[in-house]
Amino acid sequence: MSDNPEKSTSKGRKIVFIGNGIAGVTCARHIRKRDSAAQITLISGETEHFFSRTALMYLYMGHMKYKNIKPYEDFFWGKNRLQLVYDWVTEIDFEGKTLKLQQHDLITYDILILATGSVANKFGWPGQALQGVQGLYSYQDLEAMEANTNSCQRAVVVGGGLIGIEMAEMLRSRDIPVTFLVREENFWGNVLPKEEAQLVNRHVLEHHIELKLVHELKEIQDDGTGKVGGVVTSTGEQIDCQFVGLAVGVSPNIALFKDTPLETNRGVLVDEYFATSIPDVYAIGDCAEFRKPVLHRRSVEQTWYTGRMHGETLAYSLTRKPVPYHPGAWFNSAKFLDIEYQTYGVVPARWGDELQSLYWEHPEGKICFRAMFEAETKVLTGVNAFGLRLRHDFFDKALRNGSTIEEVLARLDKADFNGEFFDKGYLQDIVRTYNEQFDASLRVHKKKGLFSFLRS
Amino acid sequence: MKYIKAIGLALFLASLVFFTSLLFLGQFRLTDAVLQEAVSEEHYPILKEELAPMMGNIYNTNFSFASDFNNYFGAYNDRLRMEEQYEKVIWDDYAFSVTKASSTGFVADNKLLLLLLTIIAGSLGALLYVLPSPRHKTGGLKHEGVYFSSLKSRGWLGIVVGTYLIAFYVLLYWFAEYITNWVLLADPVSVVLSGNPASKWFMYGLIYTLAILVMGVRMFRKYRGNKYQTLRTASVMFFQLAFAFLIPEILVLFNRPWHDFKHIWPLDYTFFFEYRVENMLSSGAIGMFMLIWGILLVIVGVPLMSYFYGKRWYCSWVCGCGGLAETAGDPFRHLSNKSLKAWKIERWMVHGVLVFAVVMTAMTIANYFSGFSMLGDATGVVHQWYGFLISAAFAGVIGVGFYPFMGNRVWCRYGCPLAAYIGIIQRFKSRFRITTNGGQCISCGNCSTYCEMGIDVRWYAQRGQNVVRASCVGCGICASVCPRGVLKLENGPEQGRITDIPILTGNDSITIHQTVRI
Ligand SMILES: Cc1cc2nc3c(=O)[nH]c(=O)nc-3n(C[C@H](O)[C@H](O)[C@H](O)COP(=O)(O)OP(=O)(O)OC[C@H]3O[C@@H](n4cnc5c(N)ncnc54)[C@H](O)[C@@H]3O)c2cc1C
Ligand code: SF4
Ligand code: SF4
Repeated sequence: MSDNPEKSTSKGRKIVFIGNGIAGVTCARHIRKRDSAAQITLISGETEHFFSRTALMYLYMGHMKYKNIKPYEDFFWGKNRLQLVYDWVTEIDFEGKTLKLQQHDLITYDILILATGSVANKFGWPGQALQGVQGLYSYQDLEAMEANTNSCQRAVVVGGGLIGIEMAEMLRSRDIPVTFLVREENFWGNVLPKEEAQLVNRHVLEHHIELKLVHELKEIQDDGTGKVGGVVTSTGEQIDCQFVGLAVGVSPNIALFKDTPLETNRGVLVDEYFATSIPDVYAIGDCAEFRKPVLHRRSVEQTWYTGRMHGETLAYSLTRKPVPYHPGAWFNSAKFLDIEYQTYGVVPARWGDELQSLYWEHPEGKICFRAMFEAETKVLTGVNAFGLRLRHDFFDKALRNGSTIEEVLARLDKADFNGEFFDKGYLQDIVRTYNEQFDASLRVHKKKGLFSFLRS
Repeated sequence: MKYIKAIGLALFLASLVFFTSLLFLGQFRLTDAVLQEAVSEEHYPILKEELAPMMGNIYNTNFSFASDFNNYFGAYNDRLRMEEQYEKVIWDDYAFSVTKASSTGFVADNKLLLLLLTIIAGSLGALLYVLPSPRHKTGGLKHEGVYFSSLKSRGWLGIVVGTYLIAFYVLLYWFAEYITNWVLLADPVSVVLSGNPASKWFMYGLIYTLAILVMGVRMFRKYRGNKYQTLRTASVMFFQLAFAFLIPEILVLFNRPWHDFKHIWPLDYTFFFEYRVENMLSSGAIGMFMLIWGILLVIVGVPLMSYFYGKRWYCSWVCGCGGLAETAGDPFRHLSNKSLKAWKIERWMVHGVLVFAVVMTAMTIANYFSGFSMLGDATGVVHQWYGFLISAAFAGVIGVGFYPFMGNRVWCRYGCPLAAYIGIIQRFKSRFRITTNGGQCISCGNCSTYCEMGIDVRWYAQRGQNVVRASCVGCGICASVCPRGVLKLENGPEQGRITDIPILTGNDSITIHQTVRI
């Protein structure tokens, strides 16, 4: 039956997902909304139910329990007839459209959607297999981290990116001294401009995290029992530690597709419809690699938001009509210890004469705002905000419409998304900074009083 | 810093132990003079005879005195019932007033000192415990270790505290004669304020107010830098201290009825009861004002304020129940049940109580105007049941006693008729909403976890939908704890308040093609 080419579009078609992360789940939900007959199966060996990977840190820190990080109650899946299979897929027969699982019987499909996510990078350091050395990606990693940090006198976190700083924060929440090795000159220096990166540097130090910039990991040492006892850095410095967190990026999880006809590079190669090299097989989320990336975007997109958008788009293609992936303006967010970060559009770490930058920082050095715009046309290309909340819809529109920096600044109060009573003085400060920096004379809006909300 | 916290905790615990042990201290002795003072003229001779065996005896515990009293008193009433002389049965509850008046010795002689050593010292201890800033001093909100804390995650400490609170409420509502020593402690404060000795409600009000003030300071520390949290906490502290505690007592000092001007029917379910109305009507201009103000609040104030600002103007800025929940209850907010099932139960229960309160009040008023010909004493029975089930058992015992088990808003969520009334306005006719910031949600669950009303905020946020829910009290915690700046409490035009966006902001694949198709 499965060799019937009509089957993949017919009523009651069998759609199978490998991976129940945000990409797979979003896609499955949206398919179910528009196709009530499809038989939908989600397979994952990690956890039975979908959970929020982004919230793993909060389990370790005691903010929440596992049940709190499941975005849907357990009944949701049955109610929406999304069949869950809690197992690992061990082999795919693309010819016979069949999956082999570790524990369960064979599963056949009409459409297969690969959403296998990522794995943490390990760069072949001596000693990286020792006990107490790990990345943080999966639920199992979190459990390992719990066990590995049980009686830890000092931890070393390697990698100055988003997961690295999360690991450092997690460890500090348990009062474990942390040494944080960052290869770049500043934290997340390949993404953030210098000022922002240094703002985070200062905040990291404020949290008593020992930040070592321009330090790389060279070797992990055995304490004599097969556990980690210390590390040696690129400067030759030796640091005693009982835990090493490797947070040097993630790569698409494609081990399952090795030695199959499926074309892969860093990830599973897909076109703008998420179609792989094999008919009726698609790939979305972290594991997909675009043959032709969308302008200004990477070929492998490894965020929660992109996983969700891939899922939304593919579901639409499979249920209505094929649409190519066409994301709007880039956006992202994070929280560096206590400081929230939001970004919209393109703000490069370094730029040339074609771009200009407006940068404002609060005197206390924990809040800042940057807007990048084209030198010639003054069209906004992107913003960074630290310690401030900005309205997504505002910037999504401004960036799409090609608004100029001055148009945006004139309506900046509409972009504010901070809580009520938040000191809005920063809005004028930003405009004033612009006037000074670029010799302009934009009107500075009157400062609104504490009770201005009464009039809103 | 560490030491200050430790000293504070030690002081608080010592005071609590001492406070509890007071129930077993002091002496009780019933004398003729005491009896004459504590009971009505009519009952004095009867009780004098009935209680004769107790007269002059020295009891060494509150418990033995009160149980003896209840025995003799009960025996008298039982006898009359057997003889079917119902008109002679004494309905007045004298156990508390007689026991309190009979208290002599250690506690009665050292009220002020003991007040300082227990309630005041305990408050100070708690204050010392909450004052030092959290570890990192870096700003930002800390919920670290909440789920590792035995107190905050239904561990043994939580069970102990919950049990203590439940016991406290059970004693307070139904066995007050066993806690007269606690009430004695409040006498010095009561005398200063109103000139009268303390009632059990005054003692309760004193502890309640202190709890809100001390734990309000904790809120200032915990949410410092967050102006919304700071202001609304200051607001509930003010309303509790001034409106619920001081002003009513001062009214009494000037021979006016005890009245809390911010207490609104149907939460203030006795407002239209005959005795309250008559009390107000017989108290001159100020009484008239109380009556008109109370009615205006219900029919104009609540709808108007809720239209402009949502439920929060009352529930998390003014209300006393909300005030305690938002301060003393804050450590337990995540224990609320977030399931869909709980939401279903909540809607049935809270609206059920609203219907109960409305029907009861309508009956009462109809009965009043018909000169009691319509229902006679039946309304009295309904009042009693409401008082027992809703006001005492639900609002008190479960409402606060269950903080460590079911979170800090059990009453507000499942039981408060005023919350139900405001909720209907908030859901259908209000400018208030919690705006979701486009596609920024990462489904982490902090918002839902820390929503004391058990609203699954994430359900809305992760689909880019604004949160418009009857039960939301606008505490703003979901917005404060969100690590991605996704939520914002706002008042704005009704249009576009309720959103349903099929595809989240940031993905143009589908919108663009949809427009092409048209
Ligand atoms: C600690 C951490 C914090 C993060 N924070 C953020 C953030 O703040 N913002 C943001 O945008 N992104 C964040 N990310 C990234 C984001 O979580 C990922 O981009 C996203 O979860 C990827 O989703 P996905 O659906 O593609 O894959 P995944 O969520 O990885 O899901 C894939 C699933 O497939 C399963 N699977 C794989 N192979 C098999 C097999 N053979 N058989 C069965 N099951 C299989 C995996 O076990 C996994 O459960 C974070 C990531 C981590 C690790
Ligand atoms: S939804 Fe948010 S503001 Fe409303 S009650 Fe819950 S936590 Fe408070
Ligand atoms: S706390 Fe914020 S990011 Fe997390 S689920 Fe709620 S709205 Fe989304």
